[in-house]
Amino acid sequence: MENIFMIMFTAILTENFIFSRFYGCCPFLGVSDKPSTALGMGMAVTFVMTLSSAATWAVYHYLLVPFGLEYLKTIAFILLIATLVQFIEMFLRKFIPALYGALGIYLPLITTNCAVLGAALVNIEEGYSFIESVVFGFSAAIGFTLAIVVFAGVRERLNFANPPKAFRGFPILLISASLAAMAFSGFSGMKF
Amino acid sequence: MKKSIPTLFKEGILINNPVFVQLLGMCPTLATTTSVMNALGMGAAVIVVLAFSNLFISLLRKIIPGEVRIASYIVIISGFVTAVELIIKAYFPAIDAALGLFIPLIVVNCIILARAEAFASKNGPLASFIDGIATGIGFMLALVCIAAVRELLGSGALFAASDGSGGVQIFGDWFSPATIFLLPSGAFLTLGFLIACVQKIRNTSEERARIKSLEMDAIEGGYHATLMKDPATGKIIRRSSYREPVPAEGEPTAEELELLDDPEIPETSAENNEKGAE
Repeated sequence: MENIFMIMFTAILTENFIFSRFYGCCPFLGVSDKPSTALGMGMAVTFVMTLSSAATWAVYHYLLVPFGLEYLKTIAFILLIATLVQFIEMFLRKFIPALYGALGIYLPLITTNCAVLGAALVNIEEGYSFIESVVFGFSAAIGFTLAIVVFAGVRERLNFANPPKAFRGFPILLISASLAAMAFSGFSGMKF
Repeated sequence: MKKSIPTLFKEGILINNPVFVQLLGMCPTLATTTSVMNALGMGAAVIVVLAFSNLFISLLRKIIPGEVRIASYIVIISGFVTAVELIIKAYFPAIDAALGLFIPLIVVNCIILARAEAFASKNGPLASFIDGIATGIGFMLALVCIAAVRELLGSGALFAASDGSGGVQIFGDWFSPATIFLLPSGAFLTLGFLIACVQKIRNTSEERARIKSLEMDAIEGGYHATLMKDPATGKIIRRSSYREPVPAEGEPTAEELELLDDPEIPETSAENNEKGAE
């Protein structure tokens, strides 16, 4: 139990996916212009990442390891994630249209989100058990959502700022991200 | 849409630099630029994957059905990524340890999918292969730029090995390294400032081009008192030095040519003749 809490704490704060490991920076910089959009994206990522952590763990340990095909894990995982995203999209559209309405437009973007593949590969690299993998996937996605929503709030304020012409747009965004990352790096002092 | 090889290189490296201009592939850009050697390793891996996946996607572009093309591209790309990953694990274990999961994560690097979709699916194999190499070099140079700034300010040395040993000490003992540049926030900061520099350069050159086109309009519209455009060569010349071209002996003069072009003259003369006959 202690172990589970440690994984959660580390994944959400100390080793935040965006500010410390740099997984998922593209949607972080691309989709985070409004808190509502950011929250939708974050929820879609949480949904897919939890499921894909479970699915990739099962495929790796019950399919790839028995046949000695561990070196194919990148190909297997990316295909699995792409299929899973497609499947989730169809399932939601058919059975939970309300949730599909909220998450639908973000789902296709998730296949090429390196956070999802990154989480699956970290699970294998760290040798997590099934429960630990699912917890890690879930809490890493919560950390991602936290970062992207907090940053969307910062970004809304940036729209009214008046930076020098050369810094307009992307550069000022990166510099504010740098300040946010500095805040998150404060958590790295907390060790168990 | 044929482009020559130098144009492809110029576009991939400078005009459409994947990191500084198109702002693609931010995850590896931020994560692997703690030292110049890591940046070179990552850049080399991306060049290989990009060149070969572009080549094979271009070869297969007429066979792959449109509906499943993205999935097919991902399978081709991940095949090459796995090959590169195994080679790096076998021959360069230090780079493998430093780059960690970012080698397998090349699969979801937006640069590679973007080049596959925007270039390789529409062009021939050779052009696609060269485009892959050029874009890869652009990516590597951008990574090396960022890494050089971060490593120099963060440790005072350049070209240190992945474990921090060796390297060329640039600054003397007086320099106290600013470790923040090696931390994640330093990555965002450096990239932010470098992209601002690129935008400044682009803004300046766009401004110059705009002023030049305004000047050209003034000259062609005749608003510019002393300058004009030579109608024969298109160069800008002084009005006072311009002379009407004198026709050579035997050639028709400008007025005669105008008369020849005018279709009404022979008709009127024919009518006059008819009237005269009546």
